[in-house]
Formats: sequence, C-alpha cells, structure tokens
Amino acid sequence: MNDLSTTEGMSLIVKTVTRWLKAFILLFGIYIVLYGHLTPGGGFAGGVIVACSFILLNLAYGQRQGMKAVSLNVAGEMDSVGALIFLAVALSGMFVAGSFFANFIETGEAARFKLLSAGLIPVSNIGIGLKVGMSLFLVFTILSAMHVAVSGSERKMIRRGEE
Amino acid sequence: MEILVLLVILMIVGAIIAVETSNLLSSIVCVGAVGFLLSIAFLFLGAPDIAITQLVVEIICLIILIRATISRDLTAVSGDREFFGLTVTLAVVLAVAVAGILCLADFPEFGKSVMDRIADPPTASSQYLATGLEQTGAANIVTAVLLDFRAYDTLGEATVLFCSILGALAILRKKARRRTEEETEGDA
Repeated sequence: MNDLSTTEGMSLIVKTVTRWLKAFILLFGIYIVLYGHLTPGGGFAGGVIVACSFILLNLAYGQRQGMKAVSLNVAGEMDSVGALIFLAVALSGMFVAGSFFANFIETGEAARFKLLSAGLIPVSNIGIGLKVGMSLFLVFTILSAMHVAVSGSERKMIRRGEE
Repeated sequence: MEILVLLVILMIVGAIIAVETSNLLSSIVCVGAVGFLLSIAFLFLGAPDIAITQLVVEIICLIILIRATISRDLTAVSGDREFFGLTVTLAVVLAVAVAGILCLADFPEFGKSVMDRIADPPTASSQYLATGLEQTGAANIVTAVLLDFRAYDTLGEATVLFCSILGALAILRKKARRRTEEETEGDA
C-alpha cells in the first residue's frame, strides 16, 4: 500500500499526500457515522466519506494497489452485512417490543447528548454507513474497471459507423 | 435572504453554461459548481445535515462522472441541434415552469420553514419537533425522524440502493466482459 515506487496511479506528490490523508478521511467518516444522532450527519453522509477515502486510495495508487485495502468481494460482503444489520434492528424491534422498528432500549434522561444514547439509532447508523460506503465504492470500482476493458474496441466501432 | 437569491442566480448561470458549453469537462465542472452552491444554500437555510450529504454526494458524483465518462467518450460535442427536439424540450420546460409558479403561490415565503406555518392545528411534523427528544433520546432531530419515526422509509431507501448495486454488479461483472471480448476477437 505504501509503495511509492509503482508507476501506476498518479504522481509521487499525490501518493505521499494520500498516504498522510487517507487515515484522517476514514476517521472523519467514522466520526460522522458514530455521532449521527448527536451532530449533523449520519449514516448516509458518513458512509459516503468512508467511500471517498477508499476511492482516493484507488485513484492515487492505481486499481491494483487500491484493491489491496478493500477488494471487490470484501466490499460486497460488507455491503450485505450493513443491510442485514439494519434489517436485524427492524426485526428485533418486532420480536422484543411488538412493532416493526420499535426503539426498545430505554437510555433515560441521564444519557442524553452522550454517545451511548438514543437506543437503537446508533446501531442503525452504523449499518447504513457500512452499506452506503461499500455500495458507492463498488459503483466507482465497477465503472472505472469497465472503462479499462472496453476502451479499445468500442471506440473503433463507433468511428467505423461514422465513416 | 439576499445571499440566497445571489446563490440561486449563480446556480442558474452555472446550469445554463453546463448545457451550452461544447466541452464535456467544463460542463461537468459547471454541474459540480451548481451542486456546491446548492450545498451552501442548504447551510444558509439552516439544514446542515442535508448540506453535508449534498457536499459529499456531489464530490462522489464528480469523481465518477470524470473518471467513468470523460476518459472513455469523446470530450467535445459538435454539430447543430435538432429543431423538433429543441422545440419539444422548450415547450416542456415552459409548461413545468408555469405549473411551478402556480404551485409556488401556495408556498410559504422563500427561506421560511413550512413547520412554523402548519403548527396550528398540530400536525405530525410539529409533534416530531415537540416530542422528538423525549421519545427517541436523539439530540439530532433529523436522525430521530429518519431512523425512528420514519425508519420504514429509510429501510425502503436502503433496499433500493442494495438492488441497484446488485443490478450494476450483475450487468458489469468480469465474466460477461470477458465473453464479449472473446466474441469481438472471434469476429475480427
């Protein structure tokens, strides 16, 4: 990952800056997800920022190096895990409290404005964050991988038709 | 209030340039500028949640548009417009604009929140604002609505996202790509 000598990807400057910044961007995304019930943000925005950190890695170091952080299979599995977490929250409300999405964990007034409050909302936020982040990373990866494979033949065919 | 009008005027100018310019890259940059200005407008309207989401989604959209579109297709557009298509488009835009202006007559003043106006008699939204903190314990009322009062909607939204990714993966996966490559080689 920290191999600066590869010719893939962007220049040495971009690679070095990425090496310093990637952890902070990821951390900011995780912060937005975890504090979604207290400060502006939430699962969706935080998930997109997490996806941004992985996309930055892919752009700066090239597809092959970037894939070492999160491969397509891992991203797909995390995507499904996020969706299942959110569904589990919904179903647990039905089984424990009797109604779909019931917020059955009572934290009381003392816990208000603290990180561990609002019952099941932080858990849902984590699920949605995982889901959105990995989904958008997958979208980016699929689209940029497509462009490498198709570029040659497709363009020729279009030009032949025009002539 | 004045700054909102300024932002909207800048957004309209950006949108017109995005449509009119012949270079695809400048067009995408203008679309991005419209998105960022919209994010600033959300901030001035007092909606930091939507501002953050708009900002990060705009960044992702720009990256995907530039990375997936620009490097593959021709980046310059040339040739005249078709007369029929342009006329139909302008007629539709005009109809939507007239309908929009008629609808706007019933809206609250630009920049004022809808919830102030309909607090009496009490509605569902005013109840959320009044009792959201006690009922959910979440300090951020937007998250309280999204993940507690209206969590079922969020589940549907997550399902839509999941299905769209599933479809994209199925269409663009590596196996199908290899087969088309082999076929084109065989034809040649």
